Amino acid sequence: MIRRAPRGLAEHAPILFPALMLVVFFVIPFSLMIAVSVFRRVPGGFYEPDLVFANYERFLTAFFGGVMSFSLGLAALVAALSVGIAFPFTYRLVKLSRGAQIRWLVFLLSILSLSEVIIGFAWSTLLSRTAGITNLFVALGLMAEPQSLSPSFGALLAGLVYQAFPYTVLVLYPALARLDPYLEEAARTLGSSPLRAFFTVVVPALRNTIVATTIMVFVFALGSYLLPQLLGRPQHWTLSVLITDQAIYQSNMPFAAAMAVFLVLVSLALVGLALLAGRREETA
Amino acid sequence: MLMRTLNSLAAGLIALVLSAPILVVAGVSVNEKKALTFPPQGFSLAWYAEVFTDPGWRGALVTSLVVATLSAALAVLIAFPLAWFLWRWRAPWARTFEVLGMTPFILPPVITALGFLSFWAAVGEYGSPWTVVVSHAVFFVTLPLVTLSLGFGAVDRSYVEAAATMGADDRTVLRTVVMPLVRPYVISGFAFAFVLSLNEYIVAYMVVGFTLETLPIKIFNALRYGYTPTMAAVTVLFVTLTAVVFGLIAWFGDLPRLLGAWAKND
Repeated sequence: MIRRAPRGLAEHAPILFPALMLVVFFVIPFSLMIAVSVFRRVPGGFYEPDLVFANYERFLTAFFGGVMSFSLGLAALVAALSVGIAFPFTYRLVKLSRGAQIRWLVFLLSILSLSEVIIGFAWSTLLSRTAGITNLFVALGLMAEPQSLSPSFGALLAGLVYQAFPYTVLVLYPALARLDPYLEEAARTLGSSPLRAFFTVVVPALRNTIVATTIMVFVFALGSYLLPQLLGRPQHWTLSVLITDQAIYQSNMPFAAAMAVFLVLVSLALVGLALLAGRREETA
Repeated sequence: MLMRTLNSLAAGLIALVLSAPILVVAGVSVNEKKALTFPPQGFSLAWYAEVFTDPGWRGALVTSLVVATLSAALAVLIAFPLAWFLWRWRAPWARTFEVLGMTPFILPPVITALGFLSFWAAVGEYGSPWTVVVSHAVFFVTLPLVTLSLGFGAVDRSYVEAAATMGADDRTVLRTVVMPLVRPYVISGFAFAFVLSLNEYIVAYMVVGFTLETLPIKIFNALRYGYTPTMAAVTVLFVTLTAVVFGLIAWFGDLPRLLGAWAKND
């Protein structure tokens, strides 16, 4: 089989269907959304074509600024916590036997694919007064009577880290699984303790991976739209929640689209940075 | 020695925290009375029965399974020719479509959801049940695309050379040599897309939220009227189903390799 450039319609035919599907059902909707962001909202109706930037001007309000900085801050906190826990965890994971690794991976994948609805429901049950963890504290004598811990910022943070942790492990997994084991062995032979070898050899060797993963988890956390509603209070609503709210309940598609375009730009810039950081490691 | 104990302790703690919400929900789901208490009072599987006998819950379950099956199949139908084309021919421009297939998965899901909402509204199909199948297929095409790229990448090209030398054309090579080798990757790509579609909320909600009730939409709607043990039962069923699907992928395929570790013989 010679691998050369395809010629003629017959050789190009297989790619027609996927290309068509992706253009019609991804590129066009995406472009349409960008177009809608400069359309004019018709009160009571939907929107009509126009070229106004009023939807973008609303970004300058204090309310939007507050939501934006809260979303970014929350995502940063979730990313830092998840990577902080997941990195040492994954480092141990790749050293387990193949069977044990597979059992962990199945477990993590199962949690990762759980619907946000289910994660939100499960956490609010775990933190509730009637079925929650405080009952355990009461039984242990640490608390006088059970109380509800949700909704609160702590509940939201716990739910988000819970959701992001498996994702973080799976993003880190390839890099750590491919890490040359001799690197650490050399450090150990030269007399450093396991902890010291981890911090002075493994972490610096994977610095760019850690940066890239943190950014990816940041974008992942930015996308959470149900947990803030289920586990947080209204002041904990993030940009994703606000977009959904504007699009569905306020029927203000143009404003929702403008915020979505903004979110795309932030995410794409960050993903670009992550790819750059990842690539530098490969060439290094 | 101390280090080892600490490590196992930490791993145990992580496993406990990860399972705690699910365990509590499982406990709640077997309550005898219609109350969310833990530890459960009495033992009853009535709430599990209700998932299958109550028309609302059963309908949502069937809807979700049908949507997930069809959209995962469509996602594979989109991904397979694309991945094959990229493997078979030298066509750098075609990578554009690969990137397009990966993008929706990386961006925050609300963006893709909003794009679909504007699109289906513009073409006058907003709310039609089949739109969620197409939307999910495009949204999750990344998964079969990734598994199939790995699958084709693993095919030893000398087998293909051998078949071609003996006079097999592209179609015959694909059917008799390549297909058997990439079949596990087709299945795992399908399974990944199936499970994620089953659990997906925001795209389904924005596209058909007012006309069709998938299970996650049904749970979310029901949450507003208070928590019931039935939701807990549905959750347990879903978690089990998800774990079984991934367990099967791991059983039949090479899960560490699918997730990016080198295979043992690389």
